[in-house]
Amino acid sequence: MIKVEHLSKHFGNVKAVDDISFNVNEHENLILLGTSGCGKTTTLKMLNRLIEPTHGKIYINNKNILEQQPEILRRGIGYVLQNNGLFPHYTVGENIAIVPQLLKWDKKQTEHRMSELLEKLHLSKDYLNVYPNKLSGGQQQRVGLARALVADPPVLLMDEPFGALDNVTKAKIHAEFKALDELKKKTIIMVTHDVQEAFELGDRICLMDAGKIVQQGTPAELLFKPKNKFVSDFLQEQRLQLEFRSVLLGDIKQEISGFDENETVWSVMEKLKSNGDRSAEFERLMSAFYQYKQHQAHE
Amino acid sequence: MNEQQQTLWDFMRQQSDKLATQTLEHIGLTFISLFLAVLVGLPLGILIARKRKLSGSVLGIAGVLQTIPSIALLGFMIPLLGIGPKPAIVALLLYALLPIIRNTYTGITGVDASVKEAATAMGMSKLQILFKVELPLAMPVILAGIRTATVITVGVATLASYIAAGGLGEFIFGGISLNNTNMILAGAIPAALLAIIFDFLLSLVQKLNFKKVKRAAYALPVIIVLLACFYFIPSAYGSKLTAGFTPEFMGRQDGNLGLQSKYHLKIHTIVISDAVMYKAAFEKQLDVISGYSTDGRLKAYNLVVLKDDKNIFPPYFAAPIVREDALKKFPGLEKTLNLLSGKINDTVMTELNYRTDYLHESPEKVAKDFLVSKNLWRPERGGTDGIVRIGSKIFGEQYILANMYSMLIKGYTDYDVATKTGLGGTKICFDALTNNQIDFYPEYTGTGLLVILQPSQQIINSVEGSKEKTYNYDKQEFEKRYQVKWLMPIGFNNAYALMMRQKQATALNVKSITDLKNYLDKK
Repeated sequence: MIKVEHLSKHFGNVKAVDDISFNVNEHENLILLGTSGCGKTTTLKMLNRLIEPTHGKIYINNKNILEQQPEILRRGIGYVLQNNGLFPHYTVGENIAIVPQLLKWDKKQTEHRMSELLEKLHLSKDYLNVYPNKLSGGQQQRVGLARALVADPPVLLMDEPFGALDNVTKAKIHAEFKALDELKKKTIIMVTHDVQEAFELGDRICLMDAGKIVQQGTPAELLFKPKNKFVSDFLQEQRLQLEFRSVLLGDIKQEISGFDENETVWSVMEKLKSNGDRSAEFERLMSAFYQYKQHQAHE
Repeated sequence: MNEQQQTLWDFMRQQSDKLATQTLEHIGLTFISLFLAVLVGLPLGILIARKRKLSGSVLGIAGVLQTIPSIALLGFMIPLLGIGPKPAIVALLLYALLPIIRNTYTGITGVDASVKEAATAMGMSKLQILFKVELPLAMPVILAGIRTATVITVGVATLASYIAAGGLGEFIFGGISLNNTNMILAGAIPAALLAIIFDFLLSLVQKLNFKKVKRAAYALPVIIVLLACFYFIPSAYGSKLTAGFTPEFMGRQDGNLGLQSKYHLKIHTIVISDAVMYKAAFEKQLDVISGYSTDGRLKAYNLVVLKDDKNIFPPYFAAPIVREDALKKFPGLEKTLNLLSGKINDTVMTELNYRTDYLHESPEKVAKDFLVSKNLWRPERGGTDGIVRIGSKIFGEQYILANMYSMLIKGYTDYDVATKTGLGGTKICFDALTNNQIDFYPEYTGTGLLVILQPSQQIINSVEGSKEKTYNYDKQEFEKRYQVKWLMPIGFNNAYALMMRQKQATALNVKSITDLKNYLDKK
C-alpha cells in the first residue's frame, strides 16, 4: 500500500531522516516510535509532502506521490495533529466539512456523512454549531479525527494524536480508537514517543533513532528479539507490562474459558484477578507466559 | 468690544457650508489615503509574512517614513507631485502604511502554526489558506492596525490644506494665521470628533465575533471606498490647460458655475486654496486661476486678468459706507472721504497690495506714500472736535484704505480718529457699523448686494451686469433699510477674475474669457 524507498531529509548539514525504507500493508497500523528529534515526525510529514524529501521515493498505491500535485494528494490522505489544528473561527461542523468542501461534495452528502461519523465518535450533534474552544481536549481530538476521516481517505497519518491528553482521557480514547470500525479499513501511520501507546495500537512498529530505523517489526518481535542494545534499553523500563500487553492468549497456547485467542495476556489477567474463584486459571496463565518467554529468549 | 465677538457656535453656523465641505473633504481625504494604504500595506504585510527575510527592511523603511515630520514630507511631495490632493494623499498614505504593514505581518505570523499545518495537510491551496485561515484569524490584529492608521491619518490630514488639498486644516491654519480662535476650533473640534468617532466605529468592527469578522472583512473595503467618495475629485475633461479655483469659486453662480453656463468653458479644474494658487500658477502647475483683480500677487507673479466679456463676475467697486447720523455729527466727513474718489484704479490698487502683501511694507507707509504722490497728504492738525471711528475687514487692502482715510481725516478736519481694523468678515464689520461701534468702513458693491442685501435672484440678475446699477441699488436700499450712505466709489474693482501667466496669455493670444474658451475648443 505504502512503499518508502531510501528516504532522506537534510536540513543544512543535519540529516533529520537518513536513508530509510519501509512498507506499510493495507489496513495495517504502523507506528513510528522514537524520542524527540529522531526524525519520526519529519518522516510522517514527507508522506503528505508537508515536507519535501531530499532523496528517495514514496509510493502510495504504486503511485509516486512526488509526481502528484500536493493539494490533490493531501485531500486523499487524512491527517491528525497533536494540537488538533482545528480552525478556531470555524464551527465544529464547518471544521469537519473542510475537505468535502474542497472536494466539492454536495451538501446532503456531507451532512449525511457528518452525522454518521459523529455517532461513531460519540459526539453529540449539538456540537456542530459550537466553536472548538468550547469543547474539552478529548472532544477536540475527536473532532480532529472526524475531520480527517470525513472524506473516507484510505490512508491516515497521525502525528502524536493523543499526546496532549491526560492519561485517563487517553486510555478511554485508545479503547474507542481500537473499537472504531472506520479505522479498521484504513492504512494508518502514527507517530508517537509513548511506548505504551505504540504497543497498544500498533500492528507493527518502526523504532527510530537519529534519522534511521533501528528495528521494524511486530511489538512481540521488538520485545523478544531486539536487534541491539538500543532496542532492548528503549523498552526496558516498561518491559513486563509491555510483554503482558503484546503476548496473545493464542501465542502461549492456553485455553481459558470465556476468552478468545486474540486477547492479550494483560487483559485476561485483569479480568481473572478480580475473580477469586479462578485463581487456578490465573496461575496456569502465568506459568504458560513465563514458559513462552523462556522459549522466545532461546530461540 | 466683547459684544462684537461672535461665539464659536455663531461662527460654525455662519460657515456651516464651508464646515460641511471641509468635513467631507477631510473624511474623503482620510479614507482615500487609508484605502490606498490598505491596498499597499496589506499585500506588503502578507509578502513579508511569507518572506520573513524582507520583513526587516520593509518595516524599517515604513518606520523611517513615519518619523519624517509631516510638513517636511508634504514639502518633499510638491516638487514630485505638485500641489493638490495627489501629494496630500501620497503623504497620508505613507504615514498610514507602517501600522497596517506591521499589524498584517504580526497578525499573519501570529496564526497558530498547527492551524496552518492542518489547513495545508487537508489540501488547501496557498490562496485558500490565506483567505480562509490566515486573514480571518489575523483580522482583529489587522483591524487594530487600520484603526491606528485611521487616527493618525485624520490628524495628519489637517496639514493637507497647506498644499491645496482641502480638509478641516483650512479652518485650523486659516484661524491660526488670522488669530481667530473660533475658526481654529471650528476646524479642530470636528477633526478631533472624526478621530474619536472613526476609532470607536472601528473598535466595534474589531469586537465582532469570528463569524461576522469574515463578512466585515469584505464590507470594510466597500465602506472605505464609499467614504472616500466624499472627496471631490475634479473630473478631468482632458483639456490642454489646467485651472485652479478656490472651493468658494467652484460653487458660486458668479464663479465656476457661471463660467460653465454662460461661457461654456470646459477646462480641467482642480480645487485649491488661494494661499498657494498664485504661486502654483507662477510655477506652471496651473494655467488659469480664479483670483481677485487687485491682489498684489498678480503683480508679484506677473499674471494678467482675462477680460470678463460676458460680465459674469459682479462688480466689486469699493466705496466707504457711512452711517447717516455720523455724517450729521461730523459735517466735514463726507467731503474728506470723497477726496479719494476716482483716485485708485485696479492697477494702482494691485501695486499697493503688492507692496503690503508681498514686499511686506506697512499699510501705513504704503498709504502715506500714495497720498504724498497724489498731493493729497497733509500734516496732522491734532484736532479735538470728536473722534471718527474707522473700521476695516481683515485683509491688506482694507488696512491700506483705513490708513488713507485716517490720514485724510487728521489732515483735512479737526476730528481725531480711532481705527478698529481687522473686523473679521463682512457680517462683523457691518454689524459694528449699524450698532454704532464704528462710523464707516470701505465696502464693495458686490458684497453689499450679495452678502448684506441678499435680494431675489431676479433683482440680482437685473443689476449684476453693470457697475452703476449695482451701486445705485446698493445706495438706495442701504439708505432705506439701514440709514447707511454709500459715498463715491474709490475707483478700483476688486472682483473675481480669471488670470493667466502673462507670457502664456500672450503666446496663446488669449485676452478675454471668450478667447480662452475658443482656444480650449480648438482641437
